[in-house]
Order: sequence, then C-alpha cells, then structure tokens
Amino acid sequence: MANITRSPWLLHYDGSSCNGCDIEVLACLTPVYDAERLGVMNTGDPMQADILLVTGGINSQNQDTVKQLYDQMPRPKVVVAVGVCACTGGVFKDCYNILGGADTTIPVDVYVPGCAARPQAIMDGIIKAVGIFQQRSNEYKAQVKEKKKAAKKGAQN
Amino acid sequence: MSKWILVICYILLAPFIGGLLEGIDRKISAKMQRRVGPPLLQPFYDVIKLFNKETINVATAQTFLILTYFILMVLTGVMFWAGSDMLMCFFILSTAATFLYFAAVVTSSPYSSIGAQRELIQMMAYEPAVLLTCVGFYLAAGSFNVGDIAQTSVSYLVYLPGCFVAFVFILTIKMRKSPFDTSTSHHMHQELVKGLTTEMGSKNLALFQVTEWYENVFLLGVIGLFVVNTNPISILAAVLVILAVYFLEILIDNSSARMKWQDMLKITWILTFFSAGVNLVVLMIMK
Ligand code: SF4
Repeated sequence: MANITRSPWLLHYDGSSCNGCDIEVLACLTPVYDAERLGVMNTGDPMQADILLVTGGINSQNQDTVKQLYDQMPRPKVVVAVGVCACTGGVFKDCYNILGGADTTIPVDVYVPGCAARPQAIMDGIIKAVGIFQQRSNEYKAQVKEKKKAAKKGAQN
Repeated sequence: MSKWILVICYILLAPFIGGLLEGIDRKISAKMQRRVGPPLLQPFYDVIKLFNKETINVATAQTFLILTYFILMVLTGVMFWAGSDMLMCFFILSTAATFLYFAAVVTSSPYSSIGAQRELIQMMAYEPAVLLTCVGFYLAAGSFNVGDIAQTSVSYLVYLPGCFVAFVFILTIKMRKSPFDTSTSHHMHQELVKGLTTEMGSKNLALFQVTEWYENVFLLGVIGLFVVNTNPISILAAVLVILAVYFLEILIDNSSARMKWQDMLKITWILTFFSAGVNLVVLMIMK
C-alpha cells in the first residue's frame, strides 16, 4: 500500500501551444481514456502536484511562469513535455519569441512526441513518468535520511 | 465499559472506514459516469503519497492550525461515541471548523481566503439544522446525552422525520458534495482551484483528508442515532440506513451542478424551517 506511484497528480501548463495538445490532454481525463483509473488527478495547484505536463513551447513571456510553477512543486517531481512544441519548439521553433522546448527552462524527464500528441501516447508518457516518480521518491527519501544523520552528527559534535 | 470500546474503535477504525467509504464513493461516481474509475483503495494511496512528499509551508502557523482542527475533530467523535452531551459535540465541531477557516486564511492566498469565507457561509447554512436536530432529540428523549438518547425502545425516526430530512440535507454541505461544494470541491481543478485547500500541500493536505474521514464517520454516526433502539437488530438497520444515505449523497453529487452561496443559504434555511421546525412544533404539541 505504500506504493506512491499509484497516485500521480498532474499539473497541466499550457505554454504557447496551439491548444491541440491541451485538448488531447483533457481527452485523457474523459470516460473514454479515463486517466483516473491510474490514480491520475488533474489538479490546478502546483503545491499538490507530482507531475508537470507542459504543452507548447516556451516563449520569453511564459518562461518565468514555468520556472515558478516548477519551483513551487514539492519534491519528488517529474516533468513531461507533451507534443513536439513542448519537446523542441515544433512548428513555432523559428518564431521570434520562441525559445524552444520546455527543456530550455526546466529539466524534462519524458518527451511525448506527436502533433497533436495522441491520448494513448500521453497516457504512455504519464506511465513512464510514474516510474521516474518512484525513482525520484527513493532518492529523495535517501537524501532526507542523510540530512537527518548529518544533523544528528552535528548535534553530537 | 462498552462505550470505551466504541471510542477506541472510533479512533482506530474511523480513518479506514472513512477512506473506504470515499473509495466506494469514487468508484460508484465513476460507474455513474461510465468510467472504470480508480481502485477502491485510491484515497489511501493518495494520503500515503502526500505524507511522503516534501513539506513546503506557506505559513508556519498552518501546520499547528490543521493539527488543532484534527484533534478537535477526533475529540468530537470521541465524545459522541462515548455517549456524552450532543450539543457539546456539535459545539466542538464548529470550533474545529473555525480552526480550518484560520488555517486557510493564514496563508493570505486569495483563492483559499475566498474558500474560507465560503466555508463560514456554509457553517451559517447548516448550523440551524444541526441545532434543531439536537433540540429534537432532547424533546423526544428528554436528554442531550447521546448515551441516554440511544436507550430507546422506538427509533427516533418515528418522532423526528423532519429533522432527519433536514440533517440529511445539510450532510450534503458537510460532506462537500455538489451542489454545495463552494468552499472546496472534491474534484480538482474546479471551484477556486480547490479553494480552502489551495495552499495546503503534502502532510497538511493529508492530515486534512484524514480529518474529513473522521468527520464523515461521526456525521454518519448521527444518522445512525436516528435509527438505533434497544433492539440489537436496529444496529443492522442503522448501517443500512447509513449506506442508503451515503448512496443518496453520491447520487446528488453526480446529478447536480454547483449552486451560488446565496441560493444555498436560502434553500437550506427554508428547508430547515419547514421540515425540522415544523417537526419540532408538532412534537411539542403532541408531548
Ligand atoms: S504539438 Fe502540434 S498540436 Fe501540439 S501544441 Fe504544438 S502545434 Fe499544437
């Protein structure tokens, strides 16, 4: 029961996407694909999110927002880039305001290709992300333990 | 002696019963929407995950306030199952809710502040029905003590049908079910980005969730009090009534759209007046 991968909560951020990918992300939550059967919930709150789904490329105006959202998420956390726009900049790559994919601003763990990315592909990406989430969680736990140990040692000295 | 067994059972089992009920709720809701739905134990997975996340506190006082909310809520249930004063139980419940209000406003986030204000309005909406129900029990049983109230040969549903209707109605507000989930919604990404709980993350949110389970079990216990009498079979009947009420709440939740708080206040007060109020007047004339 202590398996934390069974409850990944998503935060969906729409960068400069054409909305095609956003509609596909929402399609994952409809009864046809029903992402909730995997425990997925779509939260609007970075404080409660585990996985950040970014659609669309990063431009000079939303860069700070994306960075802030990422920073506000408590660890362990995973980032999924959905659609070619979020992976590389896609069709908007050469626009004057586009900096590129989501990885220009935050570390991306899973790239979901497609224009628009299909719901099946997005679900696949989320399942991949959940695996990484478990790994991160283990790392985080080890870090916390080490910190506690160090603090204890510090107190003894 | 037996009452302390009940109290210990409540403290130990309430989170499991509450969580399981929520799991059933989510499963049935999913079926109503023709989905597969999450596993039955999903609420437990969620809470365990939240306990394992990094703590980011917007305001340090929040943890203390949520913890007080939790302790007061458990105390409410303990007093109820120990068979003590029913009025006192509901007073402590209101105090607990006030701490929740403070936990939300202390962060000064606009979303959670608006959610907190709506929580107060919700309290205003359901409080009359709660008080009238307590008075109803007093008129019928001659005591506010839950222990004395439970010692009856005839179920109170016979004397207090109006109060029962009013209490089930306000249960929709207490359980944060649509159409009355204005302060925070169970379904994320909806009203006010979760309103009341916007600024609660990881452990605080998990504690809030567990407290809700304690509260639900307590409230369903009050529903059971309408049914139980000295006949042991009545306990089975009470469980059946509780499950039926819970199903009704799920049905209402899935078939209604969210209301404005003004409408909520009006409808709740009118219904409380006409069902619980009239019920009490009739009871007073008859006795
Ligand atoms: S990948 Fe295609 S569908 Fe998705 S946001 Fe970019 S242009 Fe739109």
